Amino acid sequence: MTRRTMPYLFVLPAVLLFAAFKLYPILASFRLSLYKQSGGVETFAGLDNYARLLDDSLFWTALGNSAVILAVQVPLMLALATGLAVAFNSRLLKARSVFRLGFFLPMITGLVAYGIVFSVLLNQQYGLVNWLLGSDIPWLTDPLLAKVSLGLALTWHYTGYNAVILLARLQTVPTELYDAAAVDGAGAWRAFRHVTLPGLRPALLLTTVLSTIGTLQLFDEPYVLTGGGPDNATLTIGMYLYQNAFKYFDFGYASAIAYALALLIGALGLLQFKVLGGKS
Amino acid sequence: MKLRSLTLTWSLALTLAAVLVPFYWLVIAATHSSQEIFRTPPPLLPGGHLLDNLNSLQEKAGFGRVVLNSLGIATVYTLVAGTVCTLAGYGFAKFRFRGREPLFGLLMLGLVIPAQVTLVPLFRLMAELRWLDTYQAVLLPNLALPFGIFLMRQSMAALPDELLDSGRVDGCGELRLFLRVALPPMRPALAALAIFLFLFQWNEFIWPLIVLRDDSSLTIPVALASLQGVDDTDYGAILAGTAIAALPMAALFLALQRHFVSGLLAGAVKE
Repeated sequence: MTRRTMPYLFVLPAVLLFAAFKLYPILASFRLSLYKQSGGVETFAGLDNYARLLDDSLFWTALGNSAVILAVQVPLMLALATGLAVAFNSRLLKARSVFRLGFFLPMITGLVAYGIVFSVLLNQQYGLVNWLLGSDIPWLTDPLLAKVSLGLALTWHYTGYNAVILLARLQTVPTELYDAAAVDGAGAWRAFRHVTLPGLRPALLLTTVLSTIGTLQLFDEPYVLTGGGPDNATLTIGMYLYQNAFKYFDFGYASAIAYALALLIGALGLLQFKVLGGKS
Repeated sequence: MKLRSLTLTWSLALTLAAVLVPFYWLVIAATHSSQEIFRTPPPLLPGGHLLDNLNSLQEKAGFGRVVLNSLGIATVYTLVAGTVCTLAGYGFAKFRFRGREPLFGLLMLGLVIPAQVTLVPLFRLMAELRWLDTYQAVLLPNLALPFGIFLMRQSMAALPDELLDSGRVDGCGELRLFLRVALPPMRPALAALAIFLFLFQWNEFIWPLIVLRDDSSLTIPVALASLQGVDDTDYGAILAGTAIAALPMAALFLALQRHFVSGLLAGAVKE
């Protein structure tokens, strides 16, 4: 074993596994997206599958649903997470580690598990939530409220996790900066705007990009919580892809959806890097 | 100052209590029959149906087998994926070699490419290999987990090069150097990686849902989801199963959290 080949042996298992089970399927998926299946026969179809996307109203519904979650739930959740991170970092807070852990706990819970729990808690007739509120709200059966419920479940699951990422970054902001701001007569809000937020920028970028990727790939939660309903109000691209692939076995079309999704994630990721990354 | 401190602590405590309600309710619901769960007012204290629910789970889904499947799969996954990610992390952090940057960049591509893109070809690959309903089909695709590799590279980077070089001068072989010199100080990072990998596999849903068909090979999330679909769903049983899925992991996390959060995030947000 020579000095030169040694490093390759360390990374070889990872690279081989990655090539076989990630890189190969990524490329194969693109090939598939150019083919049509009918009666067990594959025929080359060029860009037909992609053209079909443009006319597919269900695809646009799914895209719209994901966009709404992205535009509403993600910013609200990250604002909440920022507030939590600032609180976790505050010298005014007692028992800080208890809070950090407690808010992180939902993240440990598997998506299926919490989807099931939320579906029962939000049951219109018998759910705990309506009983506590003394209300009769159709959380999961009204199109708009089903989206709200999905957003609530996502917020419950991911806010603490994002807060901990933000906190890790916040702890690297030198306290002298806050002292200097105080000397300059800055109040809490101005210190937050001019010291905390700029300091948090890399972590905000990370959480925004991760949340965007997660939202666009969303599958488990709507699958368990609402089944994509009512009336496709919570159908996501991830679910629509799954339906086409594993319910209708239309692999070519499913692959075209997958590539549209990958392009979208790439484009949004780049955009977020441009807007938030900037100078750091 | 004192008053503001109390206000902050108590308002956060109330919020946390609200966040933890689903866990409390899960424990309560797991001990009630379906009829009791859907009664008004809903039960708020433990009931006496836990054993009935567990029996029903065993009858309807062979849940004992399902739990063993999940434990076995997550354990094997943690060991093998942990090894793959640690070796790669060490290789990328501690050696300079041709192609290092592009190779690492390629692996990190896995972080941003949606898993859904790979589902269909992977399914067809597994079908062609006649691996559907096998454990290797569940395990193999995620062994080189990009996040795990990233995490280990970040942690290994903190290891002083001098330590390794002095070992080399003493004539220590590279593999021994890795096992005896590099790994021991990495224990906290390895613990974080292990918890992360175990939780990831324990909760993984879509891929096992696709490759596992036979009732006796299912993992917990897949079995629970399949129970939920049927008419006359037995929610008492499902929620008992959900508690089994969630609560041991929460306990594991709380026991080992000292390593987890710090280890997981140590390198994640530094530039």
